[in-house]
Formats: sequence, C-alpha cells, structure tokens
Amino acid sequence: MITIIDYKMGNIGSVVNMIKKIGYESLVTSDVQKILSAQKIILPGVGHFDKAMRNLHELNLIGVLNQKAIIEKVPILGICLGMQLLSEVSEEGNSNGLGWIKGEVRRFAFDENSKKLKIPHMGWNTINPIKDSPLLENLNNNSRFYFVHSYHFICQNPEDILCTTEYGYTFVSAISHNNIMGVQFHPEKSHKFGMTLLKNFIEKF
Amino acid sequence: MVEHLLNENFDIENSFLIGDRETDELVLLDISATLEGRETFTQVVSDVAKAIAIPFTVGGGISSIEHAEKLLKAGADKISVNTAAIKNPRFIGQLAEEFGSQCVVVAIDAILTVKGWEVVSHAGTVETGITASKWAKTCEILGAGEILLTSHTSDGTRAGFAIDLTREIAQMVAIPVIASGGAGKPEHFVDVFTKGKANAALAAGIFHYHQFSISEVKDYLLSKGILIRY
Repeated sequence: MITIIDYKMGNIGSVVNMIKKIGYESLVTSDVQKILSAQKIILPGVGHFDKAMRNLHELNLIGVLNQKAIIEKVPILGICLGMQLLSEVSEEGNSNGLGWIKGEVRRFAFDENSKKLKIPHMGWNTINPIKDSPLLENLNNNSRFYFVHSYHFICQNPEDILCTTEYGYTFVSAISHNNIMGVQFHPEKSHKFGMTLLKNFIEKF
Repeated sequence: MVEHLLNENFDIENSFLIGDRETDELVLLDISATLEGRETFTQVVSDVAKAIAIPFTVGGGISSIEHAEKLLKAGADKISVNTAAIKNPRFIGQLAEEFGSQCVVVAIDAILTVKGWEVVSHAGTVETGITASKWAKTCEILGAGEILLTSHTSDGTRAGFAIDLTREIAQMVAIPVIASGGAGKPEHFVDVFTKGKANAALAAGIFHYHQFSISEVKDYLLSKGILIRY
C-alpha cells in the first residue's frame, strides 16, 4: 500500500492511475492517523511553494511527515513541487521547506549570452544518473521523462544528487538522501520510463 | 503528438495503444462541441486519463473555469481553448491565474486569405478577420502556455504543414508552438521543424490510418539530424 499525501495541491489522479497500472494499491489521504501507519509515502504536488507549505501546516501534516521521514525513515518520494518541498528554502516564496535535504530551490536563470530558453521547462527530457540507486534500476541516460517546472533544486551536498538534466545548463533533476527521494519530473506522465521508476520505488525500498 | 477527434465510435483502447507507440502527448478535441453547444464529455476524459500515462490535453467547447476544473479533475493535464478565448480573451488570463500558464493551451485555427493568415472560430466555420500572428501574441501576453496552431487551409490535405504560417507565429511568440494540419509523410515533419521553427508537431490521420507509425516518423527525423526525444 502506497500512501499518497493529499494536501490540495494539484491533480493526484494520474499518480493513482499509474500505481494501479503497475499493480499496486494506493491510499490518497490527508488524515494524520492514516499517514502514521504509512509504509511508503509519495508527496506529489503542482503549484506554488508557499501555498503548499501553508496547506501542509493547515492540515497539521508537518509533524507526522517529520515523524515518518526522519524518525521512522520510511521511503518517501517527492514529485515535482513535492521534491522542491524537501529543501530548506525556495526563491518562489518566503516559507521554509521541510528541510530534509540540504539545499534551496531557485528559478531558472539563463545568462544573456546563452540562448533564451522558455520558462517553464516543459516537455520531455533525458536524465544523467550521477550515482547508483535502486530507484534508477533499468533506467539510463536515454530514459526520458516529462517535465513542467520553472524552479529547480540546488543541493548543498553533491552526494545528494541522484541525476541531472540539461536545460540551458545542468540542473538537478532527482535527489536522494537515505530514505528520502525526490524527482523534478513527472514519472506518472512519463510512460514506460516513469512506470519503471515508480515500480523501483515501490519494490526496491 | 497525436490528436484524437471525438466521435461516437471513440475507442479508448486504441488511444491506450497509441500511448504505447512512442507518442509524446495526447490531445483530445471534441471539435463540434461549440457548434453543437455542449460540454466535452467528462466521462470520456476520465476513461482516457486512466488508460494512458502521458501528458493529456483536452479541448472543445470549454468556456468557463468550472468546466475547465471539471476536466482537470477528471484527469486532463492541460486545457485547450479556442472559440471561447476569441469571444472573451480575458478567459485566457483567468485560466492562467487559476491553474497556471503551463495548463493553458490556446488553439488557433487559421486560414489563408488574400490579406494573409487569419483566425477562424467555431471549428473553422466562422471567419473572424483577426490576423493570426497578432492573435497569437495577444494569447501569449494574456497568459497562454502553449499555442496549438492548425492551418485549416492544409488540414486534411496530407500535403504538408503550413510552413509560412507556423514560422510567422513561432517567430512572434516565446511560448511553444505546436504545428498541426497537413501532415502526410515523414518529410513534412522535417520541414515544419526546420523551416517552420515549430516546437512540436501534431498529427492525426497519418497515424490513425496507420500510414506511418510514430516510430517511423521519429526515426526519419533522427536520420535528418533533428533532435527529438526518443
């Protein structure tokens, strides 16, 4: 059973559908008691960083998430904004993030000389795995994923970088630190590659 | 990108197969919704969303935030608007504010007239007299995240995309332009990317009737040195 945190930030339906397609069940919830018994957590999310943190606070989810992530060390996967929330701060707002992975989130900034690229970075792009992880099993730098984002993670500790992607420059497209993982792209929209990644998360952790 | 036009024989399993054939995105348009004054079928959107695992755009007769929200909840990732945006351009901004620009696709249908490329509405049945490139710029300023550009002059001809129209719009705006209408063979895709400066290309008939597979088109593009995700 995969617990998907519902904190009123964007469409969760496609994550649920993808997990079902892989052959597993999921529970979409914002109920503290139910999250307390979670074995594996997905933190999805689309939208504004501050609003996401505000919703987590208002739903009283920060405490239980800290309990699961830091004390119990259950596997947690943040997707898109869900990955950005793992940081300490974001340029998008003033709120503190969950602070589970050291680093900050910044908006894409292309220098004047380089080709003016469009923001958000939207569409399919490939990944360059930086370190070995069961999450990336059967995936390589030909694997492509669907991205929609204007901000990206900057890791304080390079050893937390799981893979990078090129868009104007090299940015961090996935991170991991022990049981805590995050992907900037949308595995639930990335067809067979996304299916492989979610299957890895479910089966190998 | 593959487009599906809704009809009563719409086959969801077929769209799932298309999802498996290296399609990058799916666009589902209920093209006669505005003409017939009805809302796009929420149930169909929900069924398709369950069957696929790629980005999914839905359009046809969407003219309110509530309707857009219903379709997004049903599983659409992006909303495509056309006639409603022409009637009330502020609707583009309202959608962008509510759901974010990444969610808002403005579909522009154009025909070639003596005065150049002009916008048509109501599934191509009403001439608006609006210059296509000016309208594209307006859409961008109002908050559109993408433009789905269809040449009604070349649509269905299989004689190639409207290269001059596509280039005109792509050079006018900084948001992605998806070219549509006229694809008949792999060479046409090369032209629309190189000469037309399109960011993406959409086709329906060429794939639906299995004349060419998406893989064949992608292989051909790669062989011509066009960088695509594969």
